[in-house]
Amino acid sequence: MTNRESLRAGFFQECEDLLETMSDSLARVERDATDHDAVNALFRAVHSIKGGAGAFGLDALVTFSHAFENLLDDIRETRVTPRGDIMALLYRAGDRMYDLVESEQNEEDPARWQQDDDEHAALLAAIAAACANSDGGDTGPEEDFVPTPLAIEMPGLPALDVPADGGSADDRAGDDRWRITFRPLKALYALGNDPLPLFRALSEIGPLEVKPDLSALPPLGEMTWDESYLCWEVDLRADCAAEEIREVFEFVADDCVLQIDRGETQSTHSAQENAGPSERAQPATLPEPLLAETSGDAETPAAGRGATGQPAPRQSIRVDLDRVDRLINLVGELVISEAMLSQSLSEGGKFRDPAVEGALGQLKQLASELQERIMAIRAQSVKSLFQRMSRIVREAGHATGKEVRLVTEGEATEVDKTVIERLADPLTHMLRNAIDHGIETPETREAAGKSPQGTVRMTAGHRSGQVIMEITDDGGGIDCDAVLSRAIERGLVPPDANLKTQEIYNLLFEPGFSTAQNVSNLSGRGVGMDVVRSEIQSLGGRVNIDSTLGQGTTVTISLPLTLAVVEGMLVDVAGETLVVPSSALRETMRAEAGMIHRLGPRDLVLSMRGTLIPVFDLGASIGEREMSRDIHGMPVLMVETAAGMMIALTVDRILGQREVVIKGLSENYGLVRGIAAATVLGDGRIALIVDVDQLAQNAGIALEDSNARLTA
Amino acid sequence: MTLKILAVDDSFTMRGLLEQALHEAGFDVDLAEDGQHGLERLPESDPDVVITDINMPRLDGFGFIEAVRADRRHRGLPILVLTTESAETLKDRARKAGATGWIVKPFDEEKLVDAIRRVAAREI
Repeated sequence: MTNRESLRAGFFQECEDLLETMSDSLARVERDATDHDAVNALFRAVHSIKGGAGAFGLDALVTFSHAFENLLDDIRETRVTPRGDIMALLYRAGDRMYDLVESEQNEEDPARWQQDDDEHAALLAAIAAACANSDGGDTGPEEDFVPTPLAIEMPGLPALDVPADGGSADDRAGDDRWRITFRPLKALYALGNDPLPLFRALSEIGPLEVKPDLSALPPLGEMTWDESYLCWEVDLRADCAAEEIREVFEFVADDCVLQIDRGETQSTHSAQENAGPSERAQPATLPEPLLAETSGDAETPAAGRGATGQPAPRQSIRVDLDRVDRLINLVGELVISEAMLSQSLSEGGKFRDPAVEGALGQLKQLASELQERIMAIRAQSVKSLFQRMSRIVREAGHATGKEVRLVTEGEATEVDKTVIERLADPLTHMLRNAIDHGIETPETREAAGKSPQGTVRMTAGHRSGQVIMEITDDGGGIDCDAVLSRAIERGLVPPDANLKTQEIYNLLFEPGFSTAQNVSNLSGRGVGMDVVRSEIQSLGGRVNIDSTLGQGTTVTISLPLTLAVVEGMLVDVAGETLVVPSSALRETMRAEAGMIHRLGPRDLVLSMRGTLIPVFDLGASIGEREMSRDIHGMPVLMVETAAGMMIALTVDRILGQREVVIKGLSENYGLVRGIAAATVLGDGRIALIVDVDQLAQNAGIALEDSNARLTA
Repeated sequence: MTLKILAVDDSFTMRGLLEQALHEAGFDVDLAEDGQHGLERLPESDPDVVITDINMPRLDGFGFIEAVRADRRHRGLPILVLTTESAETLKDRARKAGATGWIVKPFDEEKLVDAIRRVAAREI
């Protein structure tokens, strides 16, 4: 990556933060239109995005953020009040900022945002119209220096003979000699300017000769320290436009008397003489720095002002994710070698030495704390995710003509960054579903005695080592009969299926399922809840639906805290050690004679609390051995697949529960069905981590069969 | 001796761009994240030229310049304002606060160096 590319990438990273600040501030402004801090923060966020966008030539983003910024400036100066329609407009503009940043980041064709796009143009127009001076304010961002014509206004002075349009073509003709008269006013020095660098800059144009005009210099005793007494005559040999010379004096144009003439003209001198009186009436001095005194008072008033009450900027650094992952890997190795050390010491009987034991205990504790802390680096609060979702709700409400309020809780909940990124799509889909299919129209709601405005509640929190997210709506709930008849109609279940409520809800996750009578353009996009489920599953999580007809629906997602460590049950199977993730594990038991039932020539089921559960030998499932039909007395792990199906896995021995560091299988192995990853055990052996869902799919046909037989 | 520049900007991206451009031009660069931070950095940094953004949290560019100028030791210190607008009112306010000159974003390296050259007391 070149330096500039990495800066560009950094800009988009910064945009994430800025957009988050923007959303935050928008919400604060909505709560309190007079929250000046929030308005300022909002303005700064948009302004910073514009600045960076300009640097990378992202014109569509510059144009839009400039327009947005104008409106925000009006709000900042209280010319416009951010309420009602204006507030709605601000939100729309905020949403568009997200779109534009995303589109620029993906390097989409900028033509998409050209002004002939009706919707975008309309939004820009609406923003311009909302500005206090709705004639447009200014003409758009200026891209460059626009040297202004010299306008020297000095009371009592005759106007200097300077062509107003600066360097016209005529100026360039012929002569290659310029005569410049430069009289600094005292403000020039006060602002930190100095004639010397200006002359140096002029010397870049051509050779020059500088003569001081000391005629205004008073006797030493009459000099005032901060006054300007010198005038300079510059003879510049260069074939250039007057404009080029004037540009050198750009910063000091208002703080000097400047005359630029072609060739050797004496008239300048007389002009200067004329300019004299009011100038000369002022006392004289050398440039200020020579006389500057050292002040012992370092604490400036503004420094004191800035320090009061305002929050310090969040201290953070940006670190490449690869580096963090490398750390996670290394600390994983550390934990493993600690376990190996423990084990070999205990086997060697060294544990009798209390000093060794104590030191080892400390090492263990440090290693595990280190691991925890490093995992926390990858964690991010779900706040930014929630903020993005508030937009989805606004848009979905708008598109469906429903009034919806989003309530969020637990924004500070931290989740692995990868998880957050990959949650955006499923959450979007679930929210759209909740609004499209869950929340009723205002009329229906009122008829049902509900408030016309629906509420969608999105919460996040940690619960027993997992991240739990819930999306709850107070809509109509899921009509089980409708779902079931639809599923039958679609051939997903046999017509005479007798399903429990939960099983019916699970049908919603089946590919191709849709209960909406008309496929709306909102959630009915051909992606269903099945995609949601598979995405959550691929993150090692689960989705669950609960609903009460007429009162609403809750979708619960549970996710592992991290993708780097998994809590699992270590088991022995056919001489191999395997890890079954605890997230899928429901209970462990021993197969008792009375529970085991044969089903056909091959299959076994266990009867448990009135239900029949298909049995698989874990050893056979991974191809280590033939399935044994004699499982009497064998340990059984009852696991639940993500689809909510229970299966029983028989193993030789249960070794215990442990947190293991996930090591991806090398790509050399390709996809090994039924195996998710590997880990290294304390004694250095490799243990494979079982993928329960794939295992269930492997045994798919058998499973479908027994399932059909079981539910029939 | 290389020229030392203190660049004050709250935007991570702009700081990066400035640092890169100034380094390539052969300057020493110090960075500060807002006006307040700039004031804190100033004594140690002891720059030849200061470049500052206007819109910043805690202490904006105007306040920063005023504070620098209020310290008599820094009366002659050249301070360039980085601005996205070349609006006259903005330059006016910056001048009133005590700014030496301005650089309009997006700057290119040549213009940046050019602006610094026009205000730096020591030769580049």
